[in-house]
Amino acid sequence: MKKTKSMSLNFGPQHPAAHGVLRLILELEGEIVEKADPHIGLLHRGTEKLIENKTYTQALPYFDRLDYVAPMNQEHAFALATEKLLKIEIPARAKYIRVIFCEIGRILSHILNVTTQALDVGALTPSLWGFEERETLMTFYERASGSRLHANYFRTGGVHKDLPTKLIEDIDKFCVSFPKIIDDLEDLLTENRIFKQRNVDIGIVSKRDALDHSFTGVMLRGSGISWDLRKSQPYECYEDLDFKIPVGKNGDCYDRYLCRIEEMRESVKIIKQCIENLPKGPVKTVDGKISPPAREDLKQSMEALIHHFKLFTEGFRVPAGNVYTAVEAPKGEFGVYLISDGSNRPYRCKIRAPGFSHLQAMDFLIRGHMLADVPAVLGSLDIVFGEVDR
Amino acid sequence: MVDNLIKVEKLINSELSSKILASEIKFSELLLKISVNEISDVILFLKSDKRLKFKQLIDIAAVDYPNEEKRFELVYLLLSLENNQRVKVSVKFEPNEKIPSITKVYPSANWMEREVFDMYGIKFINHPDLRRILTDYNFKGHPLRKDFPLTGFNEVRYSEKEKKVIYEPVKLEQNYRNFDFSSPWEGTNYQKQIKKSEKNEKN
Repeated sequence: MKKTKSMSLNFGPQHPAAHGVLRLILELEGEIVEKADPHIGLLHRGTEKLIENKTYTQALPYFDRLDYVAPMNQEHAFALATEKLLKIEIPARAKYIRVIFCEIGRILSHILNVTTQALDVGALTPSLWGFEERETLMTFYERASGSRLHANYFRTGGVHKDLPTKLIEDIDKFCVSFPKIIDDLEDLLTENRIFKQRNVDIGIVSKRDALDHSFTGVMLRGSGISWDLRKSQPYECYEDLDFKIPVGKNGDCYDRYLCRIEEMRESVKIIKQCIENLPKGPVKTVDGKISPPAREDLKQSMEALIHHFKLFTEGFRVPAGNVYTAVEAPKGEFGVYLISDGSNRPYRCKIRAPGFSHLQAMDFLIRGHMLADVPAVLGSLDIVFGEVDR
Repeated sequence: MVDNLIKVEKLINSELSSKILASEIKFSELLLKISVNEISDVILFLKSDKRLKFKQLIDIAAVDYPNEEKRFELVYLLLSLENNQRVKVSVKFEPNEKIPSITKVYPSANWMEREVFDMYGIKFINHPDLRRILTDYNFKGHPLRKDFPLTGFNEVRYSEKEKKVIYEPVKLEQNYRNFDFSSPWEGTNYQKQIKKSEKNEKN
């Protein structure tokens, strides 16, 4: 056989299967990938630097723009971090509303990932069916917060506003209709010969490798490690809810796909339980020094007016200290390491994005695979560049 | 099984007594303070000890304190799945000091250290590939340092004339306004300074 020279190939940054602006420099020996060097940062916006210059209230919307596929899950981590520093407990209703929207975010993210992964390996229909449901879910976001994507709905001390009754009914109806859509998606993909050929035994991660490469979320569970922050370090009301953690066996792309499908079903269950047990009461802490007063009160009460003015100019001050809080975002452990110096702005806010460590392992995962497996592996990593680049 | 944070603290302190400068539990999180020379040993011990099993490196965060002699701080966030415990390991050091890389212990430290290098200019010894990661090709400076301006130095736009993307120095219509809220009733700092200088002139 004639000896071939290795070739380097520039994959992206404008490639439909790169899931955003990833530039991947591949070294190929024939069709076999010998080395992959991801170049990231094309979407770097300096979120951490911006947050250092904003008050805590102003910093929150930046979290929507990280993983823009599931915005509220990110807000959640930051809200929990400030609440931990402030040592406040939020009302029960706010906890349940937060959980409902975090699980909606999880479904949003998983639909996008499962269907686009299918798209990458050649199936067009799932994305058309899945995106219709995403649209419904984003309408829920809009009806709660006013915007489809950049919600800015979670606030320190609770959520911005209570949900309209009709919205709760509609979410409940969605929980009944959605499992059928998951079944339809599964009919198209789970036993599909081509889908299986492209995904089974591709990008295998052993338990040890998953730990060494700081994998979290589905990437870890796909490899058979049962670890979910919602169960192991429960926050909000996850302790009182009944749900299961799907775990994979082989740690390949196909198992990760199966985990995501099962997680969607579990999320629907969680939303249902939350709606059934939704407590009555306030949706944000009553402490006027942290959460703003109601619009009506501004016209009547001098104190409310002062609070409103102070909160939206100076913001609240957070006692000095440093905390790390993490939530189980759809893509893995999303954490915020927050340092406060006692002023009204964070001194440092390090964002731990799950996608960052997952993409880092790209070289390790793809070595020795065929070029055509690159999109399949990349798809199963569930990369969103908003959070990788920050 | 070490299921309790106080037990973890005790165990670490008894095993590594000379290497731990201080330890504290605040907000039910354990923070260990160590010196630069001990990083590799302490991290390796935390990972490989049969009781602790901090097998996952969650993140490396750097912090800049421009007014302190030991200007930079690195915080390693570790997680043990078996024990369901977290630990933070903090190191403080001077700007010109080089830090031993922990990529040998945790392969995932590679990009995390690259990010710290990119954002703060902290150099790591024995790092396999210490390049910039998040900023633009040919970027100058270390953006997360406190003395780096928020607006940066260069801006990028597409030039219709040259038919390519060009770099220009940042031009602002209005200076970045950094409000000072220290005491709104007596006026802000700059107003106080104006009043002071007016008084001095009168005298």
